Amino acid sequence: MLTKPLLYVCAAALAWNGAAHCEPLPLHLRDTGLYAEGSATQVSPRNLAFAPQYPLWSDGARKRRWIYLPPGTAIDASRPDAWEFPRGTRVWKEFSLDGPVETRFIERLADGTWRYATYIWNDAGTDATLAPADGVAAISKPGSPRDGYAIPAEADCRACHEGAAVPMLGFSALQLSSDRDPLAPHAETHSEIDLEGLVARGLIKNLPRALARPRIEASSPLERAALGYLHGNCGHCHNDNGAPAPVDLKLAQSATAGNAGVDRVLRSMLDAGVRFRAREQGQGARLIAPGHPEASVLIARIRSRNPQTQMPPLGTRVTDAEALALLERWIAEKSAHSESSTP
Amino acid sequence: MNPSQPSSSARSALVFAAVMFAAGSAAAADGDASKIARGKYLVTTSGCHDCHTPLHVGQAGPEPDMSRMLSGHPESLVINQPAVLPAGPWNVAAAPTNTAWSGPWGVSFTANLTPDPETGLGKWTLATFTQTIRTGRHMGRGRKVLPPMPIPMYRNFTDEDLAAIFSYLRSIPPIKNRVPEPLPPAAPVASASASAP
Repeated sequence: MLTKPLLYVCAAALAWNGAAHCEPLPLHLRDTGLYAEGSATQVSPRNLAFAPQYPLWSDGARKRRWIYLPPGTAIDASRPDAWEFPRGTRVWKEFSLDGPVETRFIERLADGTWRYATYIWNDAGTDATLAPADGVAAISKPGSPRDGYAIPAEADCRACHEGAAVPMLGFSALQLSSDRDPLAPHAETHSEIDLEGLVARGLIKNLPRALARPRIEASSPLERAALGYLHGNCGHCHNDNGAPAPVDLKLAQSATAGNAGVDRVLRSMLDAGVRFRAREQGQGARLIAPGHPEASVLIARIRSRNPQTQMPPLGTRVTDAEALALLERWIAEKSAHSESSTP
Repeated sequence: MNPSQPSSSARSALVFAAVMFAAGSAAAADGDASKIARGKYLVTTSGCHDCHTPLHVGQAGPEPDMSRMLSGHPESLVINQPAVLPAGPWNVAAAPTNTAWSGPWGVSFTANLTPDPETGLGKWTLATFTQTIRTGRHMGRGRKVLPPMPIPMYRNFTDEDLAAIFSYLRSIPPIKNRVPEPLPPAAPVASASASAP
């Protein structure tokens, strides 16, 4: 039954990248290298747990993540915002509600291309099998959203991951910085390693010395957390990496740009020309209206779960109430004179 | 010999280079023309005009208005609500232009495929176009492309065919026509909703 999805993945990879790899994905998660030999649940010590400080909202699912780097290899951080991962890098992200639901898997292949898959856990939590490449619209698991839990299609994986400078989202200097943001929504602690630890263990090379503990140089702790949330949840599409979105908006932070980088993001939010209009906002609404979250299109779209208007457009069916409150408070505390400098 | 004049061998080399350059350009032009022709063939045989070129009533009845070729739903035809369907086994309604479709998903408006930079595909790249068709998501990573766009069929085009189609779409006259955003279904599915700008 799983032959077809496998063939599809290969065909899709060929169509997208012209890549010649068709090594089948393992049918079971336990065969991807995540677990210790002979186990389907005990993570191998060669895989390191990590946690980005600004995690992606996934309808309240709890997450655990691990990375594997082939022995003797290291990540090249010469380009601080676009790390070069060794061929053979593997990353897993486990999503849990009342129990494990799915574990997503990304691998960098020998030819430099990336492939994506997800494995769906059985109800007993003892085994996870390869999901169809077209995804599953809704599966029912204890703790699922009202409309069910959606398993992403392989194309959905690419839609988000390949909009960024590198497909490895959530594993970057800013996301792994030891200077953690205490106000970041949904902060996770399941981590064995951070940026400093990676450097100390020789798993990252060529990281500029000034980037030992990067942070978003915002004007207030509230703004730092708000911009961090937008970076982690929106920046993989709204950036300037050549993957255009309908709105000219830059929400991806640079680990190197400091204050100038923050100003650039804020300016793009103030200047963004938006076509979207929530009915209650009327004509002339702006992406950010300093002091007026109710008049800000950003808030309307992050609150919406209408499939045609919601942001992010995929991967979520439930509004992130905690983040919404954070962003509303941030915009409310901004004054109109922000227009002349930054909001 | 006048140093400012090229030698005969140099002149020969220059002439040869010029001829080769012209031949190369001609070959490239032929290649582009061939690619565009292939794209035109695919566009006209794959039903693109059916929905992306508005219908108007001609002498023989409804026919594509080629003065608005592939410019999508006309912004002058304002639609603010989904269709109310009559009793019976009906599911979908279409505007007389065949460019607006009302169904369980809400109302979809066909896109402006001309190269107009502000309202068409002028700022799109081949990668954007290809990813949109492959993923079935707007610009490859946004909201889903809505019915009746036959993504399940079109996603099977080869990269070469999609490149040919995109080349042809870049070659047609740009038409400024701001297609509205889709409308939500009649029964709201979430607290926030959108309307056309």
